[in-house]
Order: sequence, then structure tokens, then C-alpha cells
Amino acid sequence: MLILKLLFRNALRHRLRTYLTILGLTIAILAFGLLRTIVDAWYAGVEASSANRLITRNSISLIYPLPLSYLDKIKQVEGVEQVSFGNWFGGVYISEKNFFANFAIDSKTYLDIVPEFVVKPDQKQDFLKDRKAAVAGVKLAERFGWKIGDQITLKGTIFPGNWDFVLKAIYKGRDRTTDETQFFFHWDYLNETVKQVEPLRADEVGFYIIKIKDPNMAAEVSERVDAQFRNSLAETLTETEKAFQMSFVTMTEAIMTAIQLVSFVIIIIIMAVMANTMAMSVRERMGEYAIFKTMGFGWLHIAILIFGESIVITALGCIAGIALTFPAAQMFSSQLGAYFPIFNVKTQTIYLDILAAFIVAVISAVIPTYRAMSVSIVDALRRIG
Amino acid sequence: MEKENKTVVRIRGLSKSYVRGTQVIPVLNDINFDIAQGEFLALMGPSGSGKSTLLNLLAGIDKADTGSIEVEGAEITALSEKELSLWRSDHVGFIFQFYNLIPVLTAFENVELPLLLKGLTKEERREHVEMTLGLVNLTDRMEHYPSQLSGGQQQRVAIARALVTDPTILVADEPTGDLDRASAEDVLNLMERVNREFNKIIIMVTHDPRAAEKAHVIRHLEKGYLYADP
Ligand SMILES: Nc1ncnc2c1ncn2[C@@H]1O[C@H](COP(=O)(O)OP(=O)(O)OP(=O)(O)O)[C@@H](O)[C@H]1O
Ligand SMILES: [Mg+2]
Repeated sequence: MLILKLLFRNALRHRLRTYLTILGLTIAILAFGLLRTIVDAWYAGVEASSANRLITRNSISLIYPLPLSYLDKIKQVEGVEQVSFGNWFGGVYISEKNFFANFAIDSKTYLDIVPEFVVKPDQKQDFLKDRKAAVAGVKLAERFGWKIGDQITLKGTIFPGNWDFVLKAIYKGRDRTTDETQFFFHWDYLNETVKQVEPLRADEVGFYIIKIKDPNMAAEVSERVDAQFRNSLAETLTETEKAFQMSFVTMTEAIMTAIQLVSFVIIIIIMAVMANTMAMSVRERMGEYAIFKTMGFGWLHIAILIFGESIVITALGCIAGIALTFPAAQMFSSQLGAYFPIFNVKTQTIYLDILAAFIVAVISAVIPTYRAMSVSIVDALRRIG
Repeated sequence: MEKENKTVVRIRGLSKSYVRGTQVIPVLNDINFDIAQGEFLALMGPSGSGKSTLLNLLAGIDKADTGSIEVEGAEITALSEKELSLWRSDHVGFIFQFYNLIPVLTAFENVELPLLLKGLTKEERREHVEMTLGLVNLTDRMEHYPSQLSGGQQQRVAIARALVTDPTILVADEPTGDLDRASAEDVLNLMERVNREFNKIIIMVTHDPRAAEKAHVIRHLEKGYLYADP
């Protein structure tokens, strides 16, 4: 107990130095946690993707459509349980800066294939009954203050004109990783309108989303789907939803790797700061450790004192850093939520924070402890005298 | 009275020198003497004559080149670092010129420190500390930090810390060197009392003839050779 008291008091002996070091640790842990959360947020779509879903798109590029006639053929493929489809609509709500993802989807099937979007049964009925109806994620609705029954107008970019919708349902995410910022409406509504103004673009589908019976058969089913349309005018590329999501983020992989690297560099920098603090403290107290040794205290007690002090300081910084990570992430999310629909601080990030702080504490204490132990009592005492 | 007491410390052929580059500087040359139970010994001599070096050897914090130091029949020059550390915690109490209390611990806690190695309960430790602080007349200062105490009071706390484990030998390197005359007198009287009442061996290095007066035996070191008081 006395040893514990002593190491706490030692930690606070040079108030200013200790506080500055703790401040540095706090900022480092905060930055480390935030950067890792950004990387996680970037890959959130990949992570949230379901293992039993495939996405089929035009093999040339996502911007080229597929004929609606493929639907029945895909349904026939062995291993396919259910098929839905949709188009990226790309509508703008009032102004460009209000960006969110919006799709026209086959309303009869889509919600069944995407069970992580949870819609109340009565709202679902209302949505299905009204051809201008739309569904929004709860976060998106909160962002613009939408309520059920509100009229929402999107300016079309891919499909010109002003498109009016009535919000009939709000979905909630089943999982913490579910994106609650999407907006979707009846594909039929889109198609009927297109038929009138641009008949050539009618009956075209941006992507098919396929639910398969056995996730382990994803590769085989994908191959079978694509085989159906080989040598046709619009060849398909079918892949798991995960791979599909991944194809969006691979372009930015280098940036994400750089961010991860920076997060580790921050830890190395703070390690140097902490090691310096410990080295200074221990050097000043060499004489005291010598006094301990004259009394018969051995390396274990001295190591406990120095490691303990190092751990106390880093723990304080780590706790403050973690505590600040949540409000900081909240702020970040409210500012950039449109680009990072899922911005959650993962439990794993907290563990990493703690691990990083612990490593910093231990490494900072090793050399000072070794010095304090190896200096002879007589030499250390002569230094005080 | 020391004559009738048995010999506790026996020093034979003790030598030590320092090597500085190619130069060998002899500090202690063939030192031989005995210390009896209850002896209060003063080591005197000019600066650089090797007093502290000899004291450190006797206290088991430094190693001799040759020679032997026997304490209660045990040859301490043969002990390993770890055994020596254990031996010190049982047999030696240290008093320094600059008190060397731990500044972030109270007087009570400073005195409690060496007891942590003794496997006592908290209650037992408290009894020992309170008794020892009572002995040095600082019961009312137990909760004070060193910075709140005068030099003389700090040195008395240091004496309590040296004494609390009931060691065989107290070693003191210029214990009054940093004190004014009155405080020095207090500290010396206290040491004399400890020596008399508890029959403890005290080995004290001092420049101060008034301090040496309290001792039973005075030995002089000069250029590494030991002379008994004429
Ligand atoms: N680590 C060392 N390296 C080299 N020489 C040393 C070392 N320690 C002590 N000496 C030398 O040994 C001699 C004796 O030193 P010591 O400290 O024992 O003297 P002292 O009698 O206690 O002197 P003072 O009264 O000034 O304290 C001195 O000449 C000193 O310079
Ligand atoms: Mg000296």
C-alpha cells in the first residue's frame, strides 16, 4: 500500500511535467482512436455486407445498365433463392451538399432480401400501396427533420426532372453496423416515368441483388449467373456483396493504409515523449533509489515503483483520451455523417487504445528501471552528497 | 565498558583502490581492527582519506579488493549482491549527512519504509513506527513531510528510520555535517542515547571534534592507513 501511495505521489511530483505528458498522451490516444474509427467507417459497408447476397451488374461498368429481362433467367439459376433489383438514382435534395444515397428498388422484393432494414409492418403496407411512396433511414430522417407523410422532392441527375415522393416509412438498422442514411422508392414509379419521356431507357436495371440458399456456394452461383449471359449484349459480373462493396473502397486503400500508418506513428511519438519524462524523473531520483537499496529493497521493488509510475501516467492519459474519443467521434459524425453513414467507435479500438498505452508505459519504464538498478549505491549516493 | 563486550565486527587486511585510467589510487591499505558490542566508534581524518569508503565497506554497500569483514561470525565480503541486500536489511541502519528522506512521504511513512521488508502486519508496523518516533521525540510531527521539518528534525526522522528495524550496526556519514550547532548537539545526544540504551554499535564518520567526543573509540584515517586515537 505504501509503495502504491509512493508511486502515485512520485507521478505527481513534477506537476507541470506530468500534466503536459498526460495531455500529450490524451491527444495521442484520441487521435489514434479517431483515425482508426475513420478507417473502420470507411470499411463499414464491406463489414455490414451479408454473406448470402450477391450483386450482379454490367461487366463493363457499374454505370451501364442490364435489361429487366434478366430477372426471370436469374431466378432460374440453381442456388438462387430470391432476386431483387434496383437503380442508383443519384437525386439531389435541395442542394448538392445534402448528399445521401438514394435508389429506385423493386419494392415487392427488396425489403425481404435486406432484412437488416427494419420497417414496421403498417408502414411497410403504406409504402407498398402508394406508388410515389419512399422509405428513409432513421438517421437520414433525423438529419432533415422528416416525418411520415412529408413530401420530399429530389432533383434528378441521371433521370432529369423534379421527382416528388411521400415519406411513408422509416427504417431502422437491425445491427450497429447497418447504414441508416439510405433513401429508396418504387422502381416502377421510375420506370413508368422514364417510359414516357425517354422510352429507350425504360426497363433497364442498374443491379440485381440475389439472395442465395447457401453462403458457401457464392462462387459457384456467381459463376452460373454470369454464364447465363456470356456472349450476350450485356454481359454480367456477379460477386458477393462484400466484394462489391470492397470494389468501392480499394481505390482509396492506399489512403486508408496511410491513415493507419499515421495512427501508429502518433503512438511512437508519444512513446518518445513518455520515455523522456520517465528518464528525467528517474534520473532525478537516482539517490532515492539508492536509499531504497541501502535498506535492502531489491530490483523488484524498484521496478514496481518505476513501472507503476509509468503506468499511472499513461493510464490517466489513456482514460482521458478514450473518454474524449466518444464525443469527438459524435462531432465528427454529425459533420461528416453523409460520407460516413456508420461512424461508431468500436470496442476493438478501445482495446487497441489500452494496448497502445500499456506498451508505451512499459517501454518507457524499461531503460530507466535498468539504469536505476545497475547504478551502484555508492555512485548514486555520491551524486546526492 | 567496551572491553568486557564481545567482538562483533572483525576487520582484517582490508584494502581498496580505485583505478583511474592507468593510475591506481590506493584508498584503504591493510586495515585491521575490531568493533565490540555496544561500541560507539568515530572515524576521523582529512578529506579524501577514505573514511566514507571504509564506512561503505562495513555497511555492505561497496566491495573491497582484498581482506575480510566478519560481522557476528558471518563473512560479508563473501556474500552475493542479493544476500548482501538481505543482510543490510537485517543488520544495518543508515544515517546520511543530508538526511535523504523520501520527500513525498511523511515522517511516519519514511520510518515505515524499511519495515515493509519485514513481513509485519500494518498494525505491527504502526506500533514500531510510533514507538521509534516517540524515541526521537517527534510523535507530534508524524504526519509532516520532510520539507515541513527543520534539518535537525529531519535527521531525527532519519535516525528513527535507521533504528526501526532494530539493526546490529548504525552507520552515520557526517550526520551533523549539515546542521547548526544546537541541532547537531541534539542529534549527537540522541545517538549517544541510542548507543547507551540499546547497546547498538554506531560507526560515525565526522570532521567535528565535538561529535567525536561522544564516541568511545576514535580512529584516524590518513592516506588510507588507520591509526588508533593516541
Ligand atoms: N568512484 C571513485 N572513483 C575514483 N576515485 C574515488 C571514487 N570514490 C572515491 N574515490 C577517491 O577515494 C578517496 C577516498 O574517498 P572518500 O570519499 O572515502 O573520502 P573521505 O575520507 O570520506 O573524504 P571526505 O571527508 O571529503 O568525505 C578520495 O581520494 C576519492 O577521490
Ligand atoms: Mg566522506
